[in-house]
Amino acid sequence: MANKYVTEEAKKQIGKAGEARTIEVERGAIRRFAEAIGDPNPLFNNEAEARRTRFGGMIAPPTFCRSLSAAIPDVKLDMGESFRGLDGGSDWEYFEPIRPGDRITVQTKIADLRESTGRLGTMVFITTETSYTNQFGQLCALQRSTAIRY
Amino acid sequence: MAHKQRYFEDVEVGQEIPPLEKHPTTQQLVKYAGASGDFYQIHYDKDFAIKNNLPGVILHGALKNAFLGQLMTDFAGERGWLRKLSVQYRGMDQPGSPVVCKGKVVKKYSEDGRHLVDCEIWLENAKGEKTTLGSATVMLPSRHPED
Repeated sequence: MANKYVTEEAKKQIGKAGEARTIEVERGAIRRFAEAIGDPNPLFNNEAEARRTRFGGMIAPPTFCRSLSAAIPDVKLDMGESFRGLDGGSDWEYFEPIRPGDRITVQTKIADLRESTGRLGTMVFITTETSYTNQFGQLCALQRSTAIRY
Repeated sequence: MAHKQRYFEDVEVGQEIPPLEKHPTTQQLVKYAGASGDFYQIHYDKDFAIKNNLPGVILHGALKNAFLGQLMTDFAGERGWLRKLSVQYRGMDQPGSPVVCKGKVVKKYSEDGRHLVDCEIWLENAKGEKTTLGSATVMLPSRHPED
């Protein structure tokens, strides 16, 4: 059966990348994020204590990356204006710590477009992949997230 | 660190991850909106949320992701490393009602000199319903690093 929204034409948007953005990580932003999520881990809050660890200083909590967002490429689907959106979830991989003062380059691309028909009617799953790379060219984190439109 | 470092040798398949209870409030949702930059109004504007057929403001999925991240960075300790974290949102949670992050070890193995532990994790509401499902992989230090 042919897809209703994720047509062969629409699938050409897979691979489309948004503009990359480079953001400097502020120590205060890491602390505020840790406070907002209620995580008292000294690695994310206390420079003096974090210096005594193998990291040699404060690092960002795993999902801090979400505050470093880049443009999400626009996905055009013939769903009209009245669709609703849901956050389906995320898969993260972590390779290197993110530290205060790092300059992180963030870029998001469309990794997959799928649809299925269920309880809520036809649902479209838009998977984006976001890379977080530091000033040394090291990939710090990869995030794959799925947004649902229905 | 609040907890003693956990080593690879200390972990067994089936072992429970020490649970993490959270008491999200509307104030926390506002703080999270500010810290993360996610200003979708369903997380802090009750009228807007109700107009969108929600029972009231709801937790950001990303905040539940952060809670499960904390569950795992606490488990890994300062000498461990959270390598992978996955979450799938299955239900809404509202502020004013506690949630508990839980998990258990499903696999332990060594590869390329790294000691890895795979865990199944989830977040439960006060009724014991799993509103977020997920998995995680942590790298733990070994008591015998030369093995």
